[in-house]
Amino acid sequence: MTEMLEHRAIGADLPRRDGAEKVRGTARYADESPAERPAYCRIVQAPLARGRITGVDPAVAEASGGVLAVLTPRSPGGRGAAEQLADTSDAEYAILQDDEVHFRGQVVAVVVAETFEQARHAADLVEVTYDEQPGDTLFSAERNDLYRPEQVESGDPPDSSEGDVDAALEAGPVRIRHTYTTPMLHNNPMEPHATTALWEPDGHGGAGSLTLWDSTQSVHAVGTTVSGVLGLDPEQVRVVCPYVGGGFGSKGIPHQNVVTAGMAARAVPGRPVRLPLTRQQTFSLAGYRPPTVQRVALAADADGRLTAIANDVVEQTSRVKEFAEQTVLPARTMYAAPNRRTSTRLAALDVPIPSWMRAPGECPGMFAPEVAMDELAHELGVDPIVLRERNEPETDPDSGLPFSSRNVLACLHRGAERFGWAGRDPRPGERVHGGWRWGTGVAASVYPTSRMPVSEAEITRVDGRYVARIGAADLGTGTWTALVQIAADALEVAVDEVDVLIGDTDHPEASVAGGSTGINTWGSTLVAAAQEFRKRFGDTPADGDSARAGVPPNDAAERYAMSAYGAQFAEVAVHADTGEIRVPRLYGTFAVGRVVNPRMARSQLVGGMTMGLGMALHENSLFDPRTGHVVNHDLAEYHVPTQADVADLRADWIDEHDPHVNAMGTKGIGEIGIVGTAAAVANAVWHATGTRVRDLPVTLDAVL
Amino acid sequence: MDHELTLRVDGAEHRLSVDPRTSLLDALRQRLGNTSPKKGCDHGQCGSCTVLVDGVRVLACLTLAVTRDGSEVVTADGLSAGPPGSGGDHPLHRAFIDEDAFQCGYCTPGQVCSAAGMLDEFARGRPSVVTGDLGADPELDDAEIAERMSGNLCRCGAYPGIRAAVARVGREREGTR
Repeated sequence: MTEMLEHRAIGADLPRRDGAEKVRGTARYADESPAERPAYCRIVQAPLARGRITGVDPAVAEASGGVLAVLTPRSPGGRGAAEQLADTSDAEYAILQDDEVHFRGQVVAVVVAETFEQARHAADLVEVTYDEQPGDTLFSAERNDLYRPEQVESGDPPDSSEGDVDAALEAGPVRIRHTYTTPMLHNNPMEPHATTALWEPDGHGGAGSLTLWDSTQSVHAVGTTVSGVLGLDPEQVRVVCPYVGGGFGSKGIPHQNVVTAGMAARAVPGRPVRLPLTRQQTFSLAGYRPPTVQRVALAADADGRLTAIANDVVEQTSRVKEFAEQTVLPARTMYAAPNRRTSTRLAALDVPIPSWMRAPGECPGMFAPEVAMDELAHELGVDPIVLRERNEPETDPDSGLPFSSRNVLACLHRGAERFGWAGRDPRPGERVHGGWRWGTGVAASVYPTSRMPVSEAEITRVDGRYVARIGAADLGTGTWTALVQIAADALEVAVDEVDVLIGDTDHPEASVAGGSTGINTWGSTLVAAAQEFRKRFGDTPADGDSARAGVPPNDAAERYAMSAYGAQFAEVAVHADTGEIRVPRLYGTFAVGRVVNPRMARSQLVGGMTMGLGMALHENSLFDPRTGHVVNHDLAEYHVPTQADVADLRADWIDEHDPHVNAMGTKGIGEIGIVGTAAAVANAVWHATGTRVRDLPVTLDAVL
Repeated sequence: MDHELTLRVDGAEHRLSVDPRTSLLDALRQRLGNTSPKKGCDHGQCGSCTVLVDGVRVLACLTLAVTRDGSEVVTADGLSAGPPGSGGDHPLHRAFIDEDAFQCGYCTPGQVCSAAGMLDEFARGRPSVVTGDLGADPELDDAEIAERMSGNLCRCGAYPGIRAAVARVGREREGTR
């Protein structure tokens, strides 16, 4: 068992330390970082899904007012050819290195000019000619070239099998077998990806230094990636990012824009270069959640005990770089059944490169099974909560390990009470009043609890205060504040004696803000550094005393299965004539271990549920296979939930103490809020209308 | 050819010459170094760039700077209880912090300006599409606030907090009327 911190600051409802700057707009984001006479960079993108560049003529663009540089592909070469990159093993970063076009939207030229307007104009003047080839862009589960990846993104095997699912399905007596689909989805943080880059040739002892003010979930990952690609020593690259205007995974893995910004800066030494992607450009260059087709099969005995669970998943990746979303994982661990099977097959297409989007895997991978469970409950004539009670596993069905804590049923029960689930009429399509058809639905949530293997923190006594440094990130998650609360408890001092500095590669290396691992990892690191500090300097340190520590491994992770859980309840109203779907109530109850800061935790959970509401009803990247283009590539046509879409939406949590996860008792809360939401809404739509919609988003044409 | 114009921004007067293609947003951010208004889409679709121009909420990305010669522009940074730029917090600043009406903070200055403009529109009796009785003074309920604030997207999903913050300031204002 981990030695637990005594909680004094942890759990306190403190306001955000960066609140005053954010409400006034004085917090500086990447595109706003201080820069002397910045130049502006604009990307030229390929207008076709597949082909070869036959020529690039930068002459007209170069002659245009204010243009400082035009970078063109190394092949066909010629004037303005981009620098040769040192490492092109990751094809995403092999920018302007050859004449191949792998997807529509790929970077094919880069313009740097004195002003934003001049760069934008000149980008339109770069003449690129192509030998267009037929793009292979149509995603379908019926393709004959689907393949099994070696592993999914989480590192888990793509397939799993235990027992005999087909025999169990044959035996029945109750079976559910359906195909569910989730669409291509885009993260769309409010701040489009942006970088300010400065190459100083005289820096780092004459070898040159590159400073990147980048909007990223991991300054250290950006530094490592960019230095490797450009052939620089990691010491030559500094990455700074105090604030991130939202990421939701899309700023987790560095994308083409930051490497491009580095190349542009090196083309105009000594000039800072700003490269803000346009909203439209983020749709092809900043990753997305790939579409999935999920064939789910459930078999149960007459009492509702599952005898088989299967989820056979087909999903999309890009031909140029593989991304295998771990959609199969929830079906392996959520419910007990003696016969279980999952499989992952990919269609590799001439499409933009997929990447992380909030709860990659768990989010789409809980939609299909949680709707199927609702269908099974109806088939059996049992309440959906009762069905889940009957299939609650005693140990993790996948690993066989005991759970460090598993409170999904507690969440369902507490949530049901708050929502008013008791006495629900299970019949679908029976409640019409005021011209609307009313229904309610429930689904469970799960997200694994983990800790990253690498992170380091330093604590120094400065002017009578404790100053901790760690290259962590605050995406709006509250890191600036939450890490102070953790460090204060670890040092056993008040929060106003502590500063925690983040978002800079000059600080010790921190892991990515991703996979809901941030607080688990950085918090554990700070606790270790505080222990080291106290061990060396005691309770009365002198100014300048300083100690470092790395993140300790969690031995308990080998003995326990660790996850956060939740339950989401939706009430929907479907207009009887128009089919308009509203969600008057959406309540989530979660079991996420110890909550470090209640107001920020609530905001994150509510935010995840809101994004889940968008997934349920609004969000759909409409991909045109003829052109390889997301046609609704802006915020007018890609519909994220607006203020008026969100009615009574609430999140709370049960009091959960898990002594195995880490010294704080935290499980991570950034992602679980979006898991299960879409299923709860879709289940409520069925209850309201009697129409079972298995394809997201649920739109009015499906229920009319 | 650049054009000369005068803008009063957060209480301070600026003379500048701008490319006629320059949006008010880019003039503020790139020419005057006032990065309080944000660029979320540059197409008038997200509301992050909302500022008050001559007291009215405006999307700075859809406004050409040259069309606003002589105007008074107030950003979330210049908004205060007193005259623009006089320093100190506006009640909306405090309310947004107290209600945790933001996470990443990128849409927030636009939300704050939009809320200020919206409360003013409301106080002057302007109806919205959800206002039931056009003859009576509208009531500042959740539905009114949600409708009137729907031009400002928040991907972090801080909508309930934003509604609570705006309602609080609206109520305080009604109490003092």
